[in-house]
This record gives sequence, C-alpha cells and structure tokens, in this order.
Amino acid sequence: MTNDFLPSGRVVLDASDISRALTRLAHEIVERTHGATNLTLMGIPTRGATLAHRLGEKISQIQGSPVPVGAIDITMYRDDLRLRPARALQPTTIPPEGIEGRLVILIDDVLFSGRTIRAALDALSEHGRPEIVQLAVLVDRGHRELPIRADYVGKNLPTSRAEKIQVNLVEHDGSDEVRIENNA
Amino acid sequence: MKHLLSAADLSRDAALQILDTAKQLSLATEQGVGKLPPLRGRTVVNLFYEDSTRTRISFEAAAKRLSADVINFSAVGSSVSKGESLKDTALTLEAMGADAVVIRHNSSGAPHRLANAGWISGGVVNAGDGTHEHPTQALLDAYTLRDHLRGGQGDLTGLRVTIVGDVLHSRVARSNVLLLNTLGAKVCLVAPPTLLPYGVQDWDCEVSYDLDACLEGADAVMMLRVQRERMNAAYFPTSHEYSNRYGLNVTRMNRLSPDAVIMHPGPMNRGMEISADVADSNRSVIVEQVANGVSVRMAVLYLMLGGSESVK
Repeated sequence: MTNDFLPSGRVVLDASDISRALTRLAHEIVERTHGATNLTLMGIPTRGATLAHRLGEKISQIQGSPVPVGAIDITMYRDDLRLRPARALQPTTIPPEGIEGRLVILIDDVLFSGRTIRAALDALSEHGRPEIVQLAVLVDRGHRELPIRADYVGKNLPTSRAEKIQVNLVEHDGSDEVRIENNA
Repeated sequence: MKHLLSAADLSRDAALQILDTAKQLSLATEQGVGKLPPLRGRTVVNLFYEDSTRTRISFEAAAKRLSADVINFSAVGSSVSKGESLKDTALTLEAMGADAVVIRHNSSGAPHRLANAGWISGGVVNAGDGTHEHPTQALLDAYTLRDHLRGGQGDLTGLRVTIVGDVLHSRVARSNVLLLNTLGAKVCLVAPPTLLPYGVQDWDCEVSYDLDACLEGADAVMMLRVQRERMNAAYFPTSHEYSNRYGLNVTRMNRLSPDAVIMHPGPMNRGMEISADVADSNRSVIVEQVANGVSVRMAVLYLMLGGSESVK
C-alpha cells in the first residue's frame, strides 16, 4: 500500500498491515530456523520487547509449542550514553532456558543506524553465548552506520534522514500504526 | 543529578528514579552480569575521613560493577595525618581527574563545602557527614521497605516507620525522616529525651519517649546504633537501663504486626539496642539492607555519571 513518495505525517502501515507483517515474519522465522526448535526471542525495550511477545505468540500458534521470549535492555551499552543525560533503565528478562547455545533472534521496531543492535549484541554476550544470533525488525528504514543487516524485515521503508519513523503499538500508544513524519 | 548531599534535595520523582534504576541494576546482578559498562573511563574517589565498613565497601563495589576506576582514600595513612586541609586534598583529587568524590567526614557540612567551594568540578556524594545526613542509607532503607512492603514498585504512601534510639547522633535518622516523608510514609521517632536533637519538634514526624506505645501499627522498626564514640556526656544511666527501655527484644518483636520488618543501618551493638535473637530472626532484613546498598549506590553513581555532565 506504500508509495515510494511519502509525504509528512502519513500512516504507512495500519493495524492490519502490522498484523500481516508479523504473521509473515513468524512464518519466515519458522521456515528458516527449520521448525523453531531451540529458538529464543529477545526484544529490545520498549516496543521491540512488545513485538517479541506478539511474534512469540504467532510462532507458538504455528508450531503448537511455546517459544521462550525475553527482553534485553541496551541502555548501558549505548555508544552515545555520554551525549545525553543519564537515561532510565529498562527491564532485562532472560527466559528460564537462558540464551547459552540457543538460536536467539533479536527483535526491534525500527532498524536505522544499526547502533542499537550493536549495543544489543554486547548486552547479550554478558548473559551467555548463543549458538546463532539473528535480527528481525518491523521496519528497516536504511541509513546504516555499522555493518549490520536484518535477517527478517516486516517492511522496507526508504526514508530520508530528515524524516522520523514513529511506531505506535496498542500496548503503549493506544493504536497500532507506523507513521512517517517530516522532521525538517 | 550533579551532587547528592542531602535527602532533602531529592524530589519524589528523583527518589523514585533512583529506586527504579536500582531495581533494574539488582536484577542485572541476579542475572549474573557481574560488570556493567556505563562508567568505563570515569574515576570515583572514596574520600573517607571516618571509619566505615559497609558504606565504603558498598560504594567501592558499586563503582567497580559499573566499570569505574576507584581510588580509595582514608584519612589514616594519608597526608591528612600530617595536617593537610580538606581544600588541599580536594585540589589534589581534582588534579588527578576525579569525576565523582564520595565523601564521609566527621564534620557536618563537609560534603556541602566540597561541592560548592569551587575546588573540584566533579560530583559529590555525601556518604555520611558528622551527625547531619547519610542520604544513600536513607535510599537503601526506602528501597528495602519498598521491596518488602510495596512489591518493589511505587512510593511508600501509608507506611508507618518507627525509628528508635540515638537520634541525636544519627545522620541516618535525619535522612530517613526527610526521604520517607518525600515518599509518603509516616515516621515516628522514639528516643530518650537526652538523645533527641535540638529542634526535633519541627521535624515532619511524631516524637515519642515510649517505645512500647509505638510498636502497634508499625510496618517497620528501624533500630539506631548507640554511638558511644560521639558521646562525651552521660545520656542515659546504664546500658542495661537503655536496652530495657529502648532495646528491641523478642517480647517486643512479637507484638509487631506479622509482616512488619526490622531494620538496622549497622554496625549493631548486639544486646544494646537490639538483641541477638531479633537481629538474626526472619523478621530482620539487616543483611538485605547491605545488599540493597550496593544496588542503590550503583543507581546513584549511574545517574550522576552515566550521562552527559551539563544537565541537572
């Protein structure tokens, strides 16, 4: 439904688009991980953690068995920590299975510079050594600053750096939608 | 947060931010993350002019778990014993590039002087000054209370805390009265008249001379150490009489409500203000207080030093 040309303040994914994207991601994950055994989803708070839970439910429905879902806070591992006032910490939850030797998929809402994912990889390594780490995002907006790419992408959104991507989720914002706003 | 000098400096939101941050940091420790990176390259100086076990070790552990470099300074064995002033010591620390100074001093107001005299550019944390304040102790007490009685969330509205003993010499009591009020708890101070400070009637709390009257309805009882090293006069006839009237023993403990907790900032005089049975009972959260102290001090150091320096 998206055009390549995106005016400011515009909804680019609505609730049903997000739901379909997550369903497709769930199927892709099951397919590419050969049945999702040994799989653990780790969301990056806040919205990545929420998406991880939604994806976990969808994968569990497909597989018929529950998938461990956790959250990994990256605040203290950010490379721009000193550039802003001290930030509040978010919860980190490690599922009882742990992450040692598991196939961990990091989940975030928007992939942009890649710096968040770099921080998440550092944070993750403090908790164990996964066998494989992959990345799933709802939106990839480009403009990478590090050699990082997503393994599963809900939607590629070509953007300019002046634009802002706003992901709203029912749990936090009252509705499900992805908006593009012109920051300039 | 540039400095932490007094519990009175903390708004409700600032205090809750410290407690919430401490909660996340303690979870990280529970999850087996021994060292966190946010203070890498920062230097924290522990400047201790007075003896301390818990507080100094706790600040040192907190700074190290956040990857800060720690310099420990104690007055004994330093140039202070040759007569160096606080100012000259401060200038030395500044020249060495201290990002934060954690200070304990036997003079009330020394941390304030250190923070505001323009000697150093880093942050200052008051780790106990004379008989004035000990804000991180109040924070760890609030954290412990919240964890036990409020499920680790929100403030302490409606809690009743009875603080018993040597209030006169206690910086812990003063900081606790201030912070507990900020967080919505009600405080009752219990002490013999000789061990209450001048002007206590203006503090925002009840004051009583009768311990037995203040046990009913208390959600927590905090026993204070009788600070004999600061006592240069006869404040009570005998220690036996003190412990009879103001000591917490099993009989008194059994009159507390079933989920009330017993606290002590340490070090304890067993048999004086608290009996050994009480200190070691399952009501006592004294050892937990120490563990929580590390998390709370990590939170304070993280919030002071973890971000950019320019903002409050």
